[in-house]
Amino acid sequence: MRLVVNGTPREADVREHESLLTVLRERLGLPGSKNACEQGECGSCSVLVDGELVCSCLVLAAAADGRRVETVEALGSAERPHPVQRAFVEAGAVQCGFCTPGFVVAAAALLRENPEPTDAEIREALAGNICRCTGYGTILDAVRRAARITT
Amino acid sequence: MSPLRVTKSRDEFEGEIYESTVVVEGRDLAAPRDGAAGDEVGRPRPRVDGRARVTGAAVYTHDLHLAGMLHAAILRSPYARARVKRVDASKAEALPGVRGVLHRFNAPEVEFRQEKALFRDEVRFLGDEVAAVVADSEGLARYALTLIAVEYEVLPHVVDLEEAASPRAPKIDPDGNVHDAGSYTRGDTRRALREAEATIDVTYRTSTQMHNALETHGAVASWDGERLTVWESTQSVFGVRNMLKDALGLAPAQVRVLCEHMGGGFGAKLGTYKYAVIASLFSMRLGRPVRCVLTRREENLAAGNRSATLQRLRLASSGDRITAIEHETWSNSGQGRWAANPTGPTNTLYDVANVSSVAHRVTTNAGALSAFRAPGYVEGTFALESAIDELALRIGVDPLALRRRHARSRTDPRTGNRYSLKRLLDCYTIGAKEIGWSERRAGGTRGSAPHRRRGLGMASQIWGGGGGPPAYATVHFETDGTAVLRVGVQDIGTGTRTAVAQVCADEIGLRLDQVRVRLGDTEAPYGPGSGGSVTLASIGPAVRLAAHDARAKVLRAAAGILEVRAQELRLERGMVVSEGARTPLGDVMKKLDNSTLIGTGLRHPNPDGLALKTFGAHFARVEVDLRTGEIFVEKIVAVHDVGRIVNPLAAASQVQGGIVQALGFALTEERIVDRGLGRVMNANLEWYEIPTAMDVPEIVVRFVGAPDRRANNLGAKGLGEPPIIPAAAAVANAVANATGARVRHAPMTRARVLAALSMAGIA
Ligand code: FES
Ligand code: FES
Repeated sequence: MRLVVNGTPREADVREHESLLTVLRERLGLPGSKNACEQGECGSCSVLVDGELVCSCLVLAAAADGRRVETVEALGSAERPHPVQRAFVEAGAVQCGFCTPGFVVAAAALLRENPEPTDAEIREALAGNICRCTGYGTILDAVRRAARITT
Repeated sequence: MSPLRVTKSRDEFEGEIYESTVVVEGRDLAAPRDGAAGDEVGRPRPRVDGRARVTGAAVYTHDLHLAGMLHAAILRSPYARARVKRVDASKAEALPGVRGVLHRFNAPEVEFRQEKALFRDEVRFLGDEVAAVVADSEGLARYALTLIAVEYEVLPHVVDLEEAASPRAPKIDPDGNVHDAGSYTRGDTRRALREAEATIDVTYRTSTQMHNALETHGAVASWDGERLTVWESTQSVFGVRNMLKDALGLAPAQVRVLCEHMGGGFGAKLGTYKYAVIASLFSMRLGRPVRCVLTRREENLAAGNRSATLQRLRLASSGDRITAIEHETWSNSGQGRWAANPTGPTNTLYDVANVSSVAHRVTTNAGALSAFRAPGYVEGTFALESAIDELALRIGVDPLALRRRHARSRTDPRTGNRYSLKRLLDCYTIGAKEIGWSERRAGGTRGSAPHRRRGLGMASQIWGGGGGPPAYATVHFETDGTAVLRVGVQDIGTGTRTAVAQVCADEIGLRLDQVRVRLGDTEAPYGPGSGGSVTLASIGPAVRLAAHDARAKVLRAAAGILEVRAQELRLERGMVVSEGARTPLGDVMKKLDNSTLIGTGLRHPNPDGLALKTFGAHFARVEVDLRTGEIFVEKIVAVHDVGRIVNPLAAASQVQGGIVQALGFALTEERIVDRGLGRVMNANLEWYEIPTAMDVPEIVVRFVGAPDRRANNLGAKGLGEPPIIPAAAAVANAVANATGARVRHAPMTRARVLAALSMAGIA
C-alpha cells in the first residue's frame, strides 16, 4: 500500500488483517502512537487520517491506502514542539507518558477545529482517551493553556 | 571520613517493617532547617524528560525494535483449574516462521516463585501459562498458539472469595483455602466491647480492582552468548535481574536489566513474571532478541490485581472515646501466596487502647494478587473509616471531632516509637476549612434538584513512605562542567528522574539543565524498586550526598586551576564564584585533560526508635440522585503530610492521579468473574470502567509541607500511595451524610446505592 505519512509518501507491505497502528509502529518506524488495548477503548493510538481523528488500532491498514496520515511525530519535535506539546510539558500533564501521544493528537485535533473550546468541550473531546496516572486535571490545564497560546 | 561499617536499618515497606543489613560509609548530612525552597528543590519543575514524552520520541519497552527480533506469545489455560495431560505442538512447530514452542513436557527446569516449573502440570486459574511460541512476528506467534492441541482434565474450581472460604468449597490448597495472614492485639477488646456504652458491628466488602497501567507488562530479552540484556517495563530493574539470574542459573553480572521509560505500574510491575523468563529462554536458545508483551486481556488475567475483601469491624465507645476496634478480614489472593493485609490502618491510625485484628488470605482459582498502590490500606481504610463514621453517627458526635480526639498521640501505638513528625491535626484543620466543614448538616442538605441530596464526608490516611537503605548514587563531571547522575532506580512516571536532578543541581550549585540523569539500568549501583512510596526518600538522600561529594571535589579542582583556595570558591547555578569573579564551570573544567571527578553517596540508616509515617485527610462533597442511585463527586480536598515537597508540580499531579484511581475503586472499577466458568468477563477497557476526563471532580491539593528533619537528609517522605488511601471512604461518608444510607461495598455502584437507599427506607 501507499500512503502519505507525516507529509512523506511511504510504501509498506501489509498483511490482510493488519491495523494501521501495526503498520505505523512496526513497518514505518513510528512507535509514537501506542498500543494499549487494540480495541478502540483507550485512545493511545490516536492519529489523524485525512485530518480526521481516529483510533489507528481500529483502522484496517488497507483502508488507509492512498490517505494522508498524521501521527504525534509530525506535530513537533523536542527542539520545536507543537504548542499542545509545550503546554503538556509545562502544565505537568505527563506522568508515565504512555497515554500522552494519544492525548496530544486528540487535543491538537480539537484546537484545530475549535480554537477556544469550553471546559465541557475539552472533556468531551478527550473522553475517548484513558490516562491511568494523572487524574486528567493537569491534562485539562494543558489544553486550556495550549488554547491560550494558539489563539 | 568515618570508616565503612555494617549496620542494621529498619524500614517500612507496604505496611510491613523489614530489617535490612547494610553497609554504610561516611557521615550523613543534616536535613535543611526549614522548608525554604532552594533554586530547584521546592519549586514546580516540568519534567526533564517531558519533551521526549510528548513528542513520541521516548522509547518504551513496547517500542523496542531490535535487529532480528522474534516475538513470543503465551498460551493460557481456558479453564480455571485443570490438569495438563498432553500437549501436541507439532502443527505449530511445523508452521513456517515458528522458531520454537515451550510447554511443560519440554521446558527446562526453572525455579520461579518457589515452584520448580514454568508451566504447571495443574493449571490453577483461567489465564495460567500452558505453553509459549516464538515466531517471526507477533501475529504469527498468536496464530500458532491456536494450533497447539492440549488435553486437559478439568478439575473443580472456586473463584469467589466467600464461596472459597466456606467449608463446602473444593479444596484448592491441600491444607484448605483459608490461611493466616497476620494478627495483632493490644489491650483487651473483649472486655472493652462488654463494658462499652455503644457498639457497632458491621461488615464491608471491596471488589477486585485491576491496575491497567496503559503499557501492559512486557520484556525484550537478548542473549549474546555470554550476557543477557533484558528491557522490561518494570518498577524494579534489580528485582527483575535477581529473579532472572536465579531462574536461569546465571551470575549477577551476566544479567543486565534496563528500563528507561515505562508506561505505569501502580504495584503490578513490582513483582516479576514468567513472560520475562520465557523471552530469555527463547533468546538463549535461538541467539536472537525475543519480545514478549502481554495483551490487555492477558494483563487483566495474569498480571496482578487488588484483592477483593470481606471485612468485619466491631467498634466500642464510652463517653466520647472509642474504646475498642476489632477487625477481621478475608482477602481473595487468587493464586498469590501472600495477602495485602487490610488491618494496617486499624492497628496504627488512631490512639485507641484496645485493638485486635486478624487477617486471612483465601486461595481461589483466579490470577494472583499483586501490590496495588497502598495494598491493603485502600481496602482497610474504606472499611475502618466508614465504621468510624457509623459509630460517630450512633453516638451523635461530629465524625471529624471524633477523629481529632484519637489523632493527637505522638507515638506509634504498635511499636511505642515516637513519630519523627506528625501533622495529621493540621491536615484536618486545612481540609475542613477548604471544604466548608462547618456547613455540614447531620442528614445532609438539599441538592441541585428535589430528588438530589448533597453531603460532606472525610477520612484519614496513614502510610509509611520513609524509605531506607540500601540505595546509592554517583555523580561525575563531564569536561564541559555538566554532571551525570547515576542511580539504580527507575522512573515509573512519578517524576523520580526530575526530582533527583533537582536535588543534585541544588546540592552542587548547577542549573537543572546541567544535570543529566541515568537511571533504569542495573549497571548503576543498587537502587530500590519503586514501591511502597519509598523511592525518593531512599534514593534522594544518597543523591544529595553524592552531589555534595562531587561538589567538594570540583571546587578543589577549580581552586587548583584558578590558583586560589577552595574555601574562596562557590558554585552558583553553574558558575564558579570567587570574590568579584564569575566563571562558567565549563570554562574551568576545560583546562583539565580527560580527568574524571566522581562523587559517591549512599542512603544512611533510618534513625533508631522513631516511627516514620505519612499522614493525610481527604474531604469530599457529593451529590446523590435518590432516583437513580448515581453518585456525583463534586469536590475533593486532599491534604497530605509527607514532609518536604521536592517538586510541587509533580506532587500535585501525583495526588490528583491517586484520587482519580481511588474514585474508580470507589464508584466503578470491579473485576467481574463468572463463577461457573472462572472467567474474567471484563478483561478489557470497555467493560472494566476506568474514570475518564468526564468523571473528574474539582480537586484541591494541599501539603502541610514541613520537612521531616529526623527522617532523612532531604526531609522528604513518599507520596505515591497516600493519595489513593482515604478518598473512597471520604466519598462513602459523604454519601451517608447526604442520604442517610450507608453503602458498605466498594465500588458503590448504582445498584448498591439503590439497595442501601431502600434498606434505609429512602428509595
Ligand atoms: S490501542 Fe487503539 S484505542 Fe487503545
Ligand atoms: S501519564 Fe500514564 S497513562 Fe497517562
